[in-house]
Amino acid sequence: MTGRATVRVTIRLFARLREIAGSGELAREVPNPADAQAAWEALTQEFPALEQYRPVISCAVNEQYAKFDTPLTEGDEVAFLPPVSGGGGGSGLGIRDRDSDRD
Amino acid sequence: MAGEAASSPSEAAGRETPFRVTLEPLDLVQTAQAVTSPDCGAVATFVGVVRDHNQGRPVRSLDYECYEPLAVKSLERIAAEAAVEWPGARLAIAHRVGSLQIGDASVVIAAASPHRADAFAACRYAIERVKQIVPIWKHEHFDGGETWIEGATADPDDEAAKRLALERARK
Repeated sequence: MTGRATVRVTIRLFARLREIAGSGELAREVPNPADAQAAWEALTQEFPALEQYRPVISCAVNEQYAKFDTPLTEGDEVAFLPPVSGGGGGSGLGIRDRDSDRD
Repeated sequence: MAGEAASSPSEAAGRETPFRVTLEPLDLVQTAQAVTSPDCGAVATFVGVVRDHNQGRPVRSLDYECYEPLAVKSLERIAAEAAVEWPGARLAIAHRVGSLQIGDASVVIAAASPHRADAFAACRYAIERVKQIVPIWKHEHFDGGETWIEGATADPDDEAAKRLALERARK
């Protein structure tokens, strides 16, 4: 595995990010050594409209929450997650009004 | 990923699992039964329901999207956190995804504990944490348009968010 120029990863996208990229699952080659941030940068080169979401997104590697400096190896799945909004009612906890508990 | 036989683990199990994401309508009684035990004198429940208005506009319907494997793990994590805060408390959480109409239950939570104060607190804690860290997204259809609802940046290690959920659970 060492010496490879790239690692092949699966990128998962959800909600607004999925809509911008036009797909919820993409296979991409990322320069080796790779981490989640490198996968994100490969993605934003392809889809510049995604770039503005970097400050508010989270990432997961192989179905576990991860940091953007988490290394990626061949075959890994990296997911980029916009701010979540599960639960009942209307809005979730807003970014601007996360102190709100009125939902 | 390897070794995962079913495409939808929560549906594959023959009986109700305590932590699940499902396209099917939610069953509060089943969810409560998943946590009921002889040593628990209290079961508190919460039902989150699709509301007909949001931010001043009428809502027609909601579509929920999820990252299922991480969503289930996040629900399990919430239960583990609650068990630390309220020893003896047990949680079951089911979240519905797909297309929901006004009045449909989107999330049901049951919290069992030997005593009622801890059951109520654990139940409240669970819904606060669901909104903070479970990878589920709402797409809102309202009169004249549609939009993704974007709430909290999901970070299970964000201690400030966890503290906020604890404060709400204890007030």
